[in-house]
Amino acid sequence: MSAPLTVRGLTVTRGGQSVLRGVDLDVAPGEVCALMGVSGAGKTTVLRAIAALQPFTAGSVRVGDVSLEPGRLPPESRLRAWRRSVGMVFQANALFEHLCVLDNVTLAPIHALGWSTDRAESVARSLLDSLGVLPRAAALPRELSGGEAQRVAIARALAPDPPLLLMDEPTSALDPARRGSLGEVLRTLASTGRALVISTHDVDFARAYADRVAVLSQGVLAEFGSAADILSAPRHAATRALLTLPKSND
Amino acid sequence: MPLPRTVLRLNVLFRSALLGGALLAACLTALACAPSRQGAPAAGAPGAVLRWGGDAEGGAPFVEADPAHPDSMRGFDVEIADMIAAGLERTPEFVQVAYASIPASVERGDFAVGLSGVEDRPDLRARHALSLPYFEFREVLAVRLADSTRYRSLADLSGKRVGTLGATTAYDMILEAQQTSGVIPISYDDDVHPYSDLVDGRLDAVLLDHVIAERALRRQGGFYIVPEALARGYYVAVFARADSALRDSANTILRARMRDGALEATFRRWNVWDEQQRAHFARVVAEEGIGAVAAAKRDNGSLRRYFPALLRGAGLTLVLSCLAMSIAVMLGVLVAAGRVYGHPIVRAVLTVYVEVMRGTPVLLQLFVLYYGLSSVVRLPAFMAAVVGLGLNYAAYESEIYRSALMAIAPLQLEAARTLGLSELQILRLVRAPQAFRLALAPMTNDFVALLKDSSLVSVITVVELTKQTAIYATNIGSWFVPGVVCALLYLALSLPLSRAAIALERRWSHP
Repeated sequence: MSAPLTVRGLTVTRGGQSVLRGVDLDVAPGEVCALMGVSGAGKTTVLRAIAALQPFTAGSVRVGDVSLEPGRLPPESRLRAWRRSVGMVFQANALFEHLCVLDNVTLAPIHALGWSTDRAESVARSLLDSLGVLPRAAALPRELSGGEAQRVAIARALAPDPPLLLMDEPTSALDPARRGSLGEVLRTLASTGRALVISTHDVDFARAYADRVAVLSQGVLAEFGSAADILSAPRHAATRALLTLPKSND
Repeated sequence: MPLPRTVLRLNVLFRSALLGGALLAACLTALACAPSRQGAPAAGAPGAVLRWGGDAEGGAPFVEADPAHPDSMRGFDVEIADMIAAGLERTPEFVQVAYASIPASVERGDFAVGLSGVEDRPDLRARHALSLPYFEFREVLAVRLADSTRYRSLADLSGKRVGTLGATTAYDMILEAQQTSGVIPISYDDDVHPYSDLVDGRLDAVLLDHVIAERALRRQGGFYIVPEALARGYYVAVFARADSALRDSANTILRARMRDGALEATFRRWNVWDEQQRAHFARVVAEEGIGAVAAAKRDNGSLRRYFPALLRGAGLTLVLSCLAMSIAVMLGVLVAAGRVYGHPIVRAVLTVYVEVMRGTPVLLQLFVLYYGLSSVVRLPAFMAAVVGLGLNYAAYESEIYRSALMAIAPLQLEAARTLGLSELQILRLVRAPQAFRLALAPMTNDFVALLKDSSLVSVITVVELTKQTAIYATNIGSWFVPGVVCALLYLALSLPLSRAAIALERRWSHP
């Protein structure tokens, strides 16, 4: 299950404008990597490119022994192996509105992986339990609080057991207490050998829970290294700017 | 759910605009008619007009648009109208009116006299002022050439389909034969299509006036007219009940034209004169009483007698609408999926389909499907009705589904993709179920509209609720009770449906 993420020279051009230029990233199994930068720096584009939702013009992305090539996105039928390797939790959670919590989590295992309903439900229940939302198994997404919805979205992404989990701005909708418990969840997930990449501009959160930090500035990787080094001794102006940002929820 | 509602609103807007246009046209017509309503201006008043109503769709020899001058009318009924107007020293002015509406129209004052091969019938005589019978016709049976020796009367046609013009003596005779010998009556709104359907094999016989049968034989051929008449009847001019003075003047004029040979000359000109008319004229001039047609036994239209037929009509409307809606939904889903997911060529073809179906009248589509394509595919009337309405509504449904599909947030689809679901699974498990919830309200609205639009299929001989009501109303000479009962039946069909949809919607939006 464990597989390292390797990103080399990731370049995205949209409408003649370059959004990302030559981004390199390495995240090992068991590591939490915080992707940081001000709004518009390109954090979400990096995540979407790795999740094969956004084509890139040059570079390569590899998870273990499967890789993505630049150019148009291949049809879903040729992305099967990639989809099994990369899980994604969206900023807005994007839970399926018409399905209850349990069905949101079991949908992919049953239909994409061909598991039996029993197996899928038992895996889903234990995931929901470990995330503290099992009592909400029968609820519809619109009945959940923001924190609950995010945990369900994490459970849904984890159900197919991907070695790499991406999360877009997971802290933005959470109060400080919830951020702490989210951090604990991420550490637990990493401890089982997963690689995690989360985009955030919450410096305290990154300092407390990330192993590595990658700082993006205007589509370019400004700094990449251990969280402790970068956040205590920033070398790039973009990192210093992040450190002086007033604390906010977004 | 912003998009489908918008579509729904546009849809409603479009239909309201059409309705508004129709109402406006009706108002303008009424205004145009109002100042010159007959109101019986004194005979001979300078410039006085005699407005008379007829159905030019009935065609020659009765009333037809003059091929040389399509704005003016010709036919023996036109000449008779001219004779009456001349005798009253008025100028004749023609008003087009549907054949079945002539008596009701004359009674409400749209024109002073109705003339278009109107049959003398006791029920008509009871409610309106009728002229003397100016022409004697025979009800004759037309059959296919191969059947010329098999079918000689209605009794020979047990279990066979016999067509005629609705609201006529012939139709009554067929209805009676349905009771006595199991004939299947098929009612038409015009007197041309029964004969083409006879030749095409959709009917086994047609019962109509010999004037109409002989005209069809000359124009179209391919069938045989049984020489023995099944009944005799008379054409009359119809006046408003209160207008019996005008009727009496008209009778005097007609009798004079019978005596002086002008009427004979007219009938000769239109090739309908025969020895039978000579004897008939002699009787009329001698003021012999002419009995009404023997076959016409009309009831007095008690609701209890007509209610079962109305219920059957409502049942047919419901079955027809459900079947048509099933086709519309299935085809609509395919068209919508094709337009959202398909190859550009598929999309273009489907777009043309949707625009043609929505941009042309469903009435026209029904005509083309039933009559226009009858040489290629001979659909039974009911099936043509189901298919025609289904194909038409599929275009509307597909637009509802398409906009509902487009209204599902892209993020939902991306989330499904990252989970490894195939595009087909995403459509089936994520997109379509959510879109269906959005589509439900406009779909219900369309189904209610379809219930009512299904009344259009009477033009291809399907007798559903509205047609059954029209038959009832024509028979009792009033639209009031039939109209109220018909409206209640439509409401009984559509209200539960709307309520169910509202309940379902509420369940989905407020858990």
